[in-house]
Amino acid sequence: MSMNNVFDVAASALSAQTLRMNAATSNLANAEALAGPDGQTYKARHVVFESYKLPGTDGESGQGVRVREVVLDQSPGKKLYEPNHPMADEQGYITVPNVDVISETTDMIAASRAYQSGVEIMNTAKSMMSKVLTLGQ
Amino acid sequence: MLLGKLDQEFSFNATALKLRGDRQALLTANFVQSETPNYKAQDFDFRAALQNATQTQASAMGDASKGLAQTQPGHLPATNAGPGGVSLQYRVPLQASIDGNTVDVDQERAQLADNAVRYEASLRILNGQLRTLQSAMQTN
Repeated sequence: MSMNNVFDVAASALSAQTLRMNAATSNLANAEALAGPDGQTYKARHVVFESYKLPGTDGESGQGVRVREVVLDQSPGKKLYEPNHPMADEQGYITVPNVDVISETTDMIAASRAYQSGVEIMNTAKSMMSKVLTLGQ
Repeated sequence: MLLGKLDQEFSFNATALKLRGDRQALLTANFVQSETPNYKAQDFDFRAALQNATQTQASAMGDASKGLAQTQPGHLPATNAGPGGVSLQYRVPLQASIDGNTVDVDQERAQLADNAVRYEASLRILNGQLRTLQSAMQTN
């Protein structure tokens, strides 16, 4: 139990928040994509976090965080009535991806703030350790 | 014998420094888990831990970080033992959260800043003691 693992813990947080940011960005970019490579409408992606014991530690002084899985949002997409659209079905509806732009933007802001906090923690730990090295001088 | 005296001189501040480092690690772990579902924030009472650690050293009973002494065969080991032999406790959340996470980011942030400043204070005091000793050893 010491400060040696602080960097590993903070680094795991940075990675996890980056993945979350990637998912939010992908959702925002594909908010209008009606068909993907498999012909299906784009489904929003969400990340699920979990804490795990960092290798080489006893898990007592703190655990790292990682993304357990990236889940596809299974809620049905919105149907819009556009009979003139080339991809409209027989009744004239197209299915728009189930991406909520507002919540994805909020997610992005939260992820970036969490990332900044992680970097700040790393800097604090680094300055604390550097000061220890100047002991006695 | 001289080494024993030197150790005595620095032991309090050195123990305090080590415990502050441990607490920093714990608070960091709390902070980065602010989005993890069902994660419960933990902390330990620094004052009690320091008291416990210095008393254990004073009575020369061995390593303070081992916590409970098991002197009889029936003794159970300490579970959830934190640094200094004091148990880790859970923080009481101010607001309930749907995903079961009890980390309050503002609280953790404040505790991290507080802990970092006190860490540096311990370091400076220790440094001051070292310099005093060094200047006492100089003949000029």
